[in-house]
Parts: sequence; structure tokens; C-alpha cells
Amino acid sequence: MEESLYRILSGSVYGKVYRGVKEIRGSLMVVENVGDAGYNEVVRIIDTDGVERIGRVLETSSDLAIIQILGDEEGLQTDVLINLTGKVFEIPLSDEITGRIFNGRFEPIDNLPPIISGEKRDISGFPMNPIAREYPTEFIQTGISAIDGMLSLVRGQKLPIFSVSGLPHNTLAAQIVRQATVKKGEDFAIVFGGIGLRSTEAEYFMREFRDSGAIERLVAILNLAEDPPIERLLTPRIALTVAEYLAFDLEYHVLVIVTDMTNYCEALREISVARGEIPGRMGYPGYMYSDLATIYERAGIIKNRKGSITLMPMLTMPGGDLRHPIPDLTGYITEGQIFLSQELYSRDIYPPINILPSLSRLMKSGIGSGKTREDHRPLADQLYDAYSRGTKARDLARIIGEVGLSSIMKRYLKFANEFEEKFINQGVYENRSIEETLDIGWEVLSILPEEELVRIPRSIIEKYHPKREK
Amino acid sequence: MFLVMFLMTDRIGKVKKISGPVVIAKGINDIKIGEVVEVGNDRLIGEVVRVFEDYFTIQVYEPTDGLKPLEPVHATGKMLVAELAPGLITMVFDGVQRPLGRIFEQSGAFIRRGVKVNPLSRDKKWYFKPLKKKGEKVTAGDIVGVVKETPLISHKIMVKYDINGRIKEINEGDYTINEPYGYIELSNGKEIPLMMLQEWPVRTPRPYVKRLSSEVPLLTGIRVIDTFFPIAKGGAGCIPGGFGTGKTITLHKISMYSNSEIVIYIGCGERGNEIAEMLKEFPKLTDPKTGRPIIERSIVIANTSNMPVSAREASIYMGVTLAEYYRDMGYNVTLIADSTSRWAEALREISGRLGEIPVERGYPAYLPDKLAEFYERAGRVQPLGKPVREGSVTIIGAVSPPGGDFNEPVTIHTLRFVGTMWALDPELAYRRHFPAINWLRSFSQYAKIVESWWSKNIAKDFGEYRRKALRLLTVSSEIEAIASVVGEGALPDDQRLFLLISDILKEGFLRQTALEGEDIFCIPEKQYLLLKMIMDFFDKVYVLIQKKVPIEEITKLPEISEMKRVKEDERGIKAVKELYNKIMTRLEEISRKYNIQYLF
Repeated sequence: MEESLYRILSGSVYGKVYRGVKEIRGSLMVVENVGDAGYNEVVRIIDTDGVERIGRVLETSSDLAIIQILGDEEGLQTDVLINLTGKVFEIPLSDEITGRIFNGRFEPIDNLPPIISGEKRDISGFPMNPIAREYPTEFIQTGISAIDGMLSLVRGQKLPIFSVSGLPHNTLAAQIVRQATVKKGEDFAIVFGGIGLRSTEAEYFMREFRDSGAIERLVAILNLAEDPPIERLLTPRIALTVAEYLAFDLEYHVLVIVTDMTNYCEALREISVARGEIPGRMGYPGYMYSDLATIYERAGIIKNRKGSITLMPMLTMPGGDLRHPIPDLTGYITEGQIFLSQELYSRDIYPPINILPSLSRLMKSGIGSGKTREDHRPLADQLYDAYSRGTKARDLARIIGEVGLSSIMKRYLKFANEFEEKFINQGVYENRSIEETLDIGWEVLSILPEEELVRIPRSIIEKYHPKREK
Repeated sequence: MFLVMFLMTDRIGKVKKISGPVVIAKGINDIKIGEVVEVGNDRLIGEVVRVFEDYFTIQVYEPTDGLKPLEPVHATGKMLVAELAPGLITMVFDGVQRPLGRIFEQSGAFIRRGVKVNPLSRDKKWYFKPLKKKGEKVTAGDIVGVVKETPLISHKIMVKYDINGRIKEINEGDYTINEPYGYIELSNGKEIPLMMLQEWPVRTPRPYVKRLSSEVPLLTGIRVIDTFFPIAKGGAGCIPGGFGTGKTITLHKISMYSNSEIVIYIGCGERGNEIAEMLKEFPKLTDPKTGRPIIERSIVIANTSNMPVSAREASIYMGVTLAEYYRDMGYNVTLIADSTSRWAEALREISGRLGEIPVERGYPAYLPDKLAEFYERAGRVQPLGKPVREGSVTIIGAVSPPGGDFNEPVTIHTLRFVGTMWALDPELAYRRHFPAINWLRSFSQYAKIVESWWSKNIAKDFGEYRRKALRLLTVSSEIEAIASVVGEGALPDDQRLFLLISDILKEGFLRQTALEGEDIFCIPEKQYLLLKMIMDFFDKVYVLIQKKVPIEEITKLPEISEMKRVKEDERGIKAVKELYNKIMTRLEEISRKYNIQYLF
């Protein structure tokens, strides 16, 4: 046994080696008499059987270090070798990275050799200087009316999809990847981070990417449901480190999709509890906001550089509850949210986007004349208002019956139904231009009498109202 | 603060334990609470938060990744201070006053560890114009000279706190902030140089002679705020709301359009793109009075959510110290903190790592004290020194309650210390009714106080109209609740009138764009006229309805849709007046049609 250990060690081991740990508690390891473990330093844990695991220093003092084991802790015993690498978690990057698939620890799983490069990056990245940010203003057309018309996505934005288990968020994400373009027609490079993905889901995405030809400009980081949960803390950070490299070194416009962030947050909670930290809401650690921010805030555009990172994280709201800490804290960091609704889905509306609680904060800067069309903003405003009145009318009709509604409320109700069926609803392979989207908006809006359209300037009504054209 | 760091003596300790931003070290016996230290080989900046026996705990303002036990800790002998001198305006700082612009020039788009740059330039020369002569006696706070900091701001150079003496020499001319422009002889005969650069420990409020009351409103141009829930200059207010309800956009508007003389904006744990947006807008937008870009009266403190948590905790104090400094010159300063919840979370995180016992939802027991300390630094005061002057700091803090539920520690305790609350309502936001300030839940204790300003400067009967409109909105919300059960058609005509008017108020008065056009800033005269128009319309129609004129006669009027739109008319007040006359003529016609005599 000893001999096999030395054999391993005679290989490529840099830095200090210690033998034996004091305690293994879940995925945490307590090591004594380690004087110089750096905070967040990467540790190699070498088992007596020669199995190697990777860990990370969570807490360090002059006589004690707490190490988080990445990978399966099963079978570990206290008699192991601890190798302090002296480095924080870094990944090698080169321009051969596109088209590749990796696991959650950035090891290739596509039977191709690992990336070899002198260029190594710390996966936790550094905070972007806010002064270096370019404010995003370029409209991305997704071909999906509910998004383009009502929740316009802008290059450099972080816009999450809030879903519930069982809703077609994966289908929607795949459709966005397939259809997303900017006016100038440049393609996006895609970084896909799968966090705790079921293998059927992973296969679905890979098939979609392959069929649409996106695979050539794709980098996938896949942490599957059967992989150790602890690795999920690394997956989104690796994905964004790759994205930063593609965007700010290789000048790509990068669309990053990470799913499902709920699994990430669960892993964060698990670690926090194992460390015995004081829990915040529902047992999630108090620093979850700051932690999520160090992931989401990596989206953006840097002044005087060509590339950009647009981030669409997906998460399933536990219990469909928007106030659950995961969607809540996400919504406070991201620039809006796309909210999928069970109710619309059960009425066979795809994509089942409920626009009322949804929002795109950067929409205002990416639309209007020269970008989409001059009538876009007032039209969207009026559609929001009318749809909110229409759903109110629908609620009222449930109590007093449709006959009890005033004539104007009946029109609003009709509007709401048509809006859902014609505007929101569309095919999975239907790719609508922004002009088509806006025209459908006008068409359904013309159900209402013109006096009701107080949010649209008269000059715009005269120019675009379908009844005026005749 | 960094200058002196290099002159330190040999008070060096060693790192003992590291846990995120909290580091325990030992070996400096005379270390003080609040003293700034440099940690590790990278010399990360930190502040001592706790001392026990030989050990002390440091809150480090930069990421501690890679830091190891036994690395050195250097004491600086200084507290966490703000540098105060010309050059602050137009700057963007992080939470511990590092200039982000110069860091960008030096080390690129990402902030690396251990970057050290002076907050203010040591090379730039400012033209100093003395206001005192040789031989004059001066005490702390006296204005001895002035520097034109930007075309909008005259920076008054004040005598440092606790200095008292006779001017020995004072010169006009170009000086850097740490070159002496003169000398002062203290009462004990010692002579010290006069320099523009001063320092102030950020956690200590700057002293003043006395507090003054304030009846002047801070005009924001936002109708629902100015008319219904005003804030006085020197007041404290908060704007709580869940995500997407429009906190930041309202605060941006106030920072851009309000009639403050100086705006200090603290982006505390919020989005980087929001700061980018401000930095894009501020140089473009002009101050209506002077036509100069508003960046010339603004300071931004940006400690975004992905920047170190501990510096986020410090950013609030840094901002309010800068605000007090300009207040002492005699300016009306508006301090905006977005968001105080993120600051409280930083406090919670550090407290947790210090192993303190949490009380509510993980927050430390001293959260209310800290909030009170912060909001108490708002106020209108007479600063120290001569000439006698007045200045104010108005504090407006955003609160981001988890799940949008106001029943949580930060919101609850904040409400105890502020005079006005603008409660944001997700229902309004979903309908894209912005600003989504709920008129039933919001309050303002300043409303009574600033009413006299309105009646003196705008119209005598303003207060009456305000109260009437608020009452109408309250009553109609009750009617709405009934209508949602029985349907509007089943209501009597007078109740339907309430609903009609509240709809006009919501669309034509309360809702206001934040984006562009005439309606972005509503002057007080126009606010009054719009309110008068709608409420007079209500009064007259109410009489008609009582006299059995059917409500349909009113709802079909084309002027109703005009009342909802007139706020956007580019002709401003003129258009409102025209519409007012048109409406009155129309109602007169109706009353004649129904033979109602005494209405006109």
C-alpha cells in the first residue's frame, strides 16, 4: 500500500503533502497541523487505494483546515494523503474549446483529449469594475412573440426563466438557442451549463444542439443528477469562466444557458449546513444573495471590447412559489425574469409565459425606432395594461358570469383570450420576426375601442392601428 | 489614507485563521477597534472589528482567496476615513473610497486584489481663493477660502475640526490638495500648515451647532411623491418593494431630476449594469437651472453585488460622511442608498462569521441601532463655524424585502426611523402602472410640514385638494372591492362616479413615465392644476349625478380620455388650463340640458 502511494506521489505532485485527517463529516474534512493552507486553495486528496479526489479549503487557521471534498466521499478513510496545490481552482483555456463537452470538474467527456494550455483562469473570476461596463442596448430577436414583444432580451443582459417542474422550460431554452439572432446576423457562441441535469434532459439538449448545428459553437459543462452535488458549486463558475474567455479574449457574443440553478442552491445549502453555519431563510445560507451575484453579475459587456455575455439561467421554483428564496434572490440580482405559468400550460398555450409577473429591465434600452420599431414601447405598455384588465374581467366573470360584465369588460375579456391564443401562443419551430410580433399585437389590440388606448400616442395609433390603414 | 500607510512603524502581526472576509490575527498588542490594517502579502485592506487578549478580528475589504495563516498583518494606526477635498464631485468610488476610474485605467476591466490608489488626485492643482486675511482669528468649521470644483459647485475650504488659531499666512493660487496654501498659529504658539485635504472617520457623524427644522420639500417632479407623500429637505425616507417594482428607477429619477444641489448615490450590493446606466446618463442630462450636466453635482459610490461584502458594509458610512462634508459647506445634499437591505445582509454575513448570536432571521441584535444611526445622520443643520449657514442631508434608502413581504426585520426597523415611506406594490407593477407607489399604504410625516410651502408658493387651497383626492382614492378602493364581487353595473351611479374619478386620477395623475417626454418631470404648478382639474370635475359631476343625470352621460365624454393624456401634452400648463375650461364648458352644457340651475 505504502509503495503504491509513493508511486503516485512520485508523479506530478507539487506543493506540500500531509498524511491523515482528523475527521470526515459528510463532504467536509478536518485536517490538523496544516499551517499554510490558503483560503479557497485546491487540495488533492489521495486515497490509500490510489483514488484521487479534489477538495477545496473552506476555512484555515494555523493548526486546522476544513476541506470540502468534491466528488464522492464514500469509501474515504482518515488515512489519506492531502496535497496542498497552492492554487485556487483554475481551468485551462484555449481556442480549441468550442465544440467540446466537459463534466462538472472540467474533465472532457467527449472522448477527446483534455485542453492543454498555459492560459489558466481562476473559476471564481474577479468582479467586473462597474465603470468598465458598457450599458447593454442591442436587441436580440428570439422569434418568440412573448419575449420579443413584451420582455425584450438585450445583448449583455441576465434574464432568468422561472419555471415549475413539468413545464416546457427546456423546450423554450432550446428554441431560444436555435432562434436567437441580433440584427447584424452574427451567431452566438453558446455555453451550456447543466447543473444536476437528468440524463434524458442532457440528451435532449445535446440532440437539439446537434440538429440545429449549434454544437460547433457550443461548450457544454454537464453535471448530471448522479454526479456529486458538491460539484454543482463549480459548474456555473466554470461555464462563466469559459464564457468570459470566449467573450473577452476571443471576441464572441456568448449566450450562456445554465439550468437548473435550484440544484445549485440546494448544494450551497447542503455545504452550509454541514459547516454548521447559521441558516437564513428556509435553511439557505445568509450569503446566498452575494454568492449568486458572483455568478450572475459576470454577464455583461466591457467598454471597448467586442464580445458580450448574455446569461439565461433557468430555475424551477420549489412549489411554484415566486417568494421562495431561490427565485426571490435571483430576481433581485437579474435584470428581470420570464415567468412560466402552470395555468397557461394546462390550457395548451406554448410558451406558457405569464407576462404580468415577468419583466425585462433592459427592454427600454433595446427597443424603439432604429432598434425594433417606434411603436414597440407604447404598444407593449398598452398590451400589458389591457391584458391585466382582461384577466381581472375573467376573474369577475367567474363570480358573476360573463353576462354580468359591462360591455367594455366583455371586450377586455375577449382581448385577453385572443392575446393568449394568437400573440403568446406559437409553435415550437415557429420563428416570428419582430415586425410580425408587433403586427399581431396591433391586431389583438384592435378588439378594444380606440378611446381605451390611452397609453399610445395618437400619432402612433394613426400610423399603426389596423383599422386606420383601410 | 494610503499615503500614511507607507510611513508606518513596525506594528506587524500574523494571520491566525481565515474564514471568508473575516480574518483572525495576533501579535499587535496596541491594536484599536476600527483601525485599518493591511492583511497578507497582497496587503489587502481590512478593519479591526474585535479585539480580545492577544488576538484581533479583521473584516477584510477584498477577496481573501489564497491568503494563508502566518502571513503578516500590518497595522496602519488609522481609522477607516474618508478623504475630503476638492475633486470628490464626478468621482466613482468603491465602498472604501478607492477610485474605480483610476483602478480601471491601472488594472483593467476586472478588479484584482491589493490595488492601492489614492482616492483623490495628488497632482491636480486647484485654484484657491482666500476669503480670510492674514491675522484673522479662525475656529473649526470657518470657511477660509473657496475652490471652483465644477461649474456647479463652489467647494468651500473649511478649517479642520478641533483647530483654533490665527492665520499666519494665506495665499491665492494653484495648489494640490496636500500642498500648504497658508499657515495657522495655534493658541499654544505652534504653527501648522493649511491644506485642502482633510480626513474624517466614516463611522463618526460630523459635528454641527444645532439641528434646524425644515419645511421646504425636496421636489422630485414625481407627482405621487411631491403631492401626496413628500419628503422635506433634511428628511429621511425609504422605498421598500419586491424585485421589479421599480425601486431603482424611482431613485435614479430622484437623483437626476430632484432639486438637490448635490447628489450622492450609493449603489450598495446592486447590479453593475445599473451603475453603468447612471454613468451613461449623468454626463448627458443637464440641470434645468444652469444647463450643466448633472454629473457636475454628483458622486457615485458603487459597491455592486459581486464586489466584496465587507466593503458593502462600509459604503453606506462612506457615502453619508461625504454628504455631511458638503452639508457643512451649506449645501442641500441628497443621499440615496440602493439598497439598505443589501447593506443589512452584509452586516448579517459578517456577524455570522464573527460567531455572534443572531436574533431575527439571522440578523444581529444591533441591526436596529445601526439603521437608526444611519438615518439619524439625515437632517437640516447649522454647521460649525462662520459665516453662519444652513445645510441639509436628505437620506432616501431602498429596502428590498425578501418575497416583497414588508413584515421582515429590515423593513420593520427602517420604518421606525424614517419620516416617509413610498410602499411599492407588485400589483401596480404587473399592470405597468409606474411609479408603483401604493397610495393606500404609503405615508409621509412631512406632508403637514411642507404644506405651508405649497400654499405660500403654489396655491392656497393645495392642501384641501390633496386631502380630498386621498380620501376619494381610499373610498373608491372600498367600492372597487365591492365591484369585484357584484360587477360595476350593479352599483349606483354615485359609486360608479367614484370609480370613474379614481381611474382618471390613476391614469392622469398618479401614473407617470420615467423614460422620456414632457411628463418625466412635473413642476409643482402643473401638479396642482392637474389635481384641481380632476377634483373640480368630480365636484361638479357629483352635483349632476345627485340631480339624476345618468352616469352614462358623463362616461361617454371625450374629455375623460383627454384628462388622462393631458399630462403628456408638450404645451405643459397651458394645455391643462385649456382642457380645464373645455371641461367646465361641457359640464355647463349638460347642466343646461337637464335644467340644473345653480351649477355655474
